[in-house]
Amino acid sequence: MEINTKGVEHIGSELKSEKFKLLFRRFLFNKLAVVGTVIVILLCLFSIVGPFMTKYGPLDIDPMNRLQPPSADHWFGTDNFGRDLFSRVVHGGRVSLVVGFSAALLTAIIGMIIGLYSSYYRILDHVLMRICDGLIAFPDILLAIAITAILGPNPFNVVIAITIVKVPAMARIVRSAALVVKEQTYIEALKAQGASSWRIIWVHMAPNTISPFLVQMTYVFALSIILEAGLSFLGAGVPAPNPSWGNILYDGKAVIFRAWWMTLFPSIFITLAVLGLNLLGDGLRDLLDPHTSKANKKLK
Amino acid sequence: MKAYIVTRILSLIPVLLVVAIVAFFLIHLTPGDPAAVMLGSQATPEEVEQLREQLGLNLPLYEQFANWFFGLLQGDFGWSIYYNRPVLTVFLEHLGPTLSLAVLAQAISMVLAIPMGISAARKRGTKIDQIFMALVMLGMAIPSFLMGLFLMQLFALKLKLFPVAGYEPLSSGLWNHLKFMILPATALGIIQTAIIARMTRSSMLDVLSANFIKTAYAKGVKEKIIVYKHALRNAAIPILTVLGQEFGTLIAGAVVTETVFNLPGIGQLVIHAIEKRDYAVIQGTILLAALSYLLVNLIVDLLYGIVDPRVRFGRK
Repeated sequence: MEINTKGVEHIGSELKSEKFKLLFRRFLFNKLAVVGTVIVILLCLFSIVGPFMTKYGPLDIDPMNRLQPPSADHWFGTDNFGRDLFSRVVHGGRVSLVVGFSAALLTAIIGMIIGLYSSYYRILDHVLMRICDGLIAFPDILLAIAITAILGPNPFNVVIAITIVKVPAMARIVRSAALVVKEQTYIEALKAQGASSWRIIWVHMAPNTISPFLVQMTYVFALSIILEAGLSFLGAGVPAPNPSWGNILYDGKAVIFRAWWMTLFPSIFITLAVLGLNLLGDGLRDLLDPHTSKANKKLK
Repeated sequence: MKAYIVTRILSLIPVLLVVAIVAFFLIHLTPGDPAAVMLGSQATPEEVEQLREQLGLNLPLYEQFANWFFGLLQGDFGWSIYYNRPVLTVFLEHLGPTLSLAVLAQAISMVLAIPMGISAARKRGTKIDQIFMALVMLGMAIPSFLMGLFLMQLFALKLKLFPVAGYEPLSSGLWNHLKFMILPATALGIIQTAIIARMTRSSMLDVLSANFIKTAYAKGVKEKIIVYKHALRNAAIPILTVLGQEFGTLIAGAVVTETVFNLPGIGQLVIHAIEKRDYAVIQGTILLAALSYLLVNLIVDLLYGIVDPRVRFGRK
């Protein structure tokens, strides 16, 4: 008997890895998605390895070398305090990516909980969805500015602000996927068997919402990077002197007449990050979400 | 139609309540005493106490909310400490540039996006379509303030075609006004163009494969008439929806873009309010922005009924 079950398990895991291989191959087939993934991986590597590629720290002030154009010594030039811009962009990338990812993760977790529970309990659904409607009505950056202004501008509060702004959309997407699952016969069967609601929600419904959930999380990551950059650009995000892509731009705007490199380099990185994540998100959607990707075949 | 309008307006009430509650409690997120924070470290305890009384902060929370909410119903959005005027007045004074920016950007994007989306849909799968999709991806990845900085550098600093920054109201002449608005409106319009063009393309594709279009072709109707008269009108509903939903993005984008070009609009107002710790202005501004979002979406929903009779009769 033991040997038998082992055999079955073995076949099961082999099937699973086959399925995974197939998905992976289909993913490689989608060129744009691969390009997006490569961009995102390169940017992450860049912000991990980058600090070791330069002898300058992001906060080292050198008043003799203010606003130097890009050169062999300062690859991206220097800023208005003579700080090395390459070092600042690299360190700023760490801040922007970590803030963006934390916000996406926190949004995903809270959005998942709200989405699942509101799909399961009708009364809760009415209350939570009206709250979401209300939150969506605020223009995202204005609400985020108001929150960081009142809580105090620091990276942690920026994450909180972005999360509050982005949770409603995430909750709605998880909810609409969960509502479809909830109508399936096997959920009814589980209820008849007396399965607890916790078990139904987390063991049986949650895994079925994972595809749209992952896709949306990628988009929220991209949107968080834009929001963080916008907040820091307005002076309500990551506070000086610590760099982030947004507040390098904030400094750069003041000297835009004299130092084009201060706006160009962070802009390139923000755009690349957002583009990479959007492409990755589109690729994941085509791969994981057969319903929308059928509609997308018309698009492609 | 009447019943439709009434239900749609009634459904707004709980949302409005939530919006008001969020805006109200925002101020109470302040770590510590809002009155002390607003006045800064140099204020005497008497001044703080006076402000607390003036703001009604020493009342119980529910009473504060009730007072504030009834004030709202009477059009009282609070008092700006810095400007020493009602928040609503200050808001309306700063509304001009932002509204002009949003309207121009929306106009630019619609003029560009709808023909682009239609021709991409008609030439589906060709090189033109692929270039179009690539441009859309790029347009959506560049935040409007980056686009603004880029346009400013190119057209204002290098080519000197437009002033770098500043603002003249419409009352000083149309060209004087437009001169300052063209660059910011284009910057903001590009991202909107990408979003609307993509929606136009996919919703045109859906309609163009419908049977009544095939029938029209079979009858020998000219292609131009099929596309612009038969198809576009049916594709308009999803496009309208996106226009409404993206209104929030438009306002948010306008707020950031106008700070790039130093337009004295809502964005500047909020940033000054943050510097001066003028919380009433922050609270009032986000509340009014949310209300205008809800109003625009209400109008969009009512427009459905006009554009598409099926909506009017389908619902009860």
